[in-house]
Amino acid sequence: MTTFQSIATIFAVVLGTLLTRFLPFFIFPEGKTPPDYILYLGTVLPCAVIGFLVVYSLKDAVFSSFHGLIELLSLLVVAGLHKWRKNTLLSISAGTALYMFLVQTWFH
Amino acid sequence: MKVKALKAAFPHTLPICIGFLFLGMSYGFLMKSKGFSFVYPMLMSLFIFAGSMEFVTVNLLLSAFHPLYAFFLALMVNARHLFYGISMLEKYKNTGWKKIYLIYGMCDESFSINCTIQPPPDVDKGWFLFFVTLLNQIYWVSGATLGALLGYVIHFDTTGIEFVMTALFLVMFLNQWEETKEHRPALTGVACSLISLLVFGAKNFILPAMALIVLCLSLKKPQTTKGVDHL
Repeated sequence: MTTFQSIATIFAVVLGTLLTRFLPFFIFPEGKTPPDYILYLGTVLPCAVIGFLVVYSLKDAVFSSFHGLIELLSLLVVAGLHKWRKNTLLSISAGTALYMFLVQTWFH
Repeated sequence: MKVKALKAAFPHTLPICIGFLFLGMSYGFLMKSKGFSFVYPMLMSLFIFAGSMEFVTVNLLLSAFHPLYAFFLALMVNARHLFYGISMLEKYKNTGWKKIYLIYGMCDESFSINCTIQPPPDVDKGWFLFFVTLLNQIYWVSGATLGALLGYVIHFDTTGIEFVMTALFLVMFLNQWEETKEHRPALTGVACSLISLLVFGAKNFILPAMALIVLCLSLKKPQTTKGVDHL
């Protein structure tokens, strides 16, 4: 990607992000209530999107040579550690360290 | 008035400070390890200011040029902001010019503080909300920039460091799982995405996944969902 293309891509992302933040305030100016369906989506969509993001971040691993085995192993450790210590930073750093160790030593 | 609001806001942002510095630094370090100058994470964290999407944008910058796709991906990954916005319509009222920045800087963490915490009665609401948002953004941009700068000094094999994003999303998933009794939306998100991934492949699964998620969530609308506060 050229520098111009990178900037254009970032600009597109900024634009999309801005739209998601400002749109509700344009559609529902002070005093207007959103319909029930929108409010319902507001309560369920955030959880669903996080589920999507987990799958998204694994999208290439599923089709790789080990079919996501290393990822699965590391994720199990992250989940176990998180269940046990409930420390977000610990779970993330330990899981990432383990994954990096595995792909750099045993599985490359 | 401003100092008082800043003093009231700061303690609430401290946990976010630690988290954002750490995550921001991993993000900046990741970008540097993929060959980007520190200017990229600095400006991206400043202008995009949506953590998950910034990690996703690293992938976008490393693949073929497709700005329209990037735009729609940002719309979908950040669709939750639409609902944050809807929740904050009332609260952001009468905050004057600060309202523009409050909306611009509405990340998950600032939203969760501003949504749940009432500023003390003698503190100006607008300035309180403003400083919560501003402090959080300062932490995030500093973290991202520092992380990238660290990447110039520290050299080691960074293969696999992108897993920090996967681990982050899983932890977010587990946290929200603990906080809600209603697991249907979360399971719907995972199931629809997996099905779409297997059917459409890694390159084209995002749009179908999103459509399928919205469709499945719209099909069954249990009465109990109303008033469920998952944040």
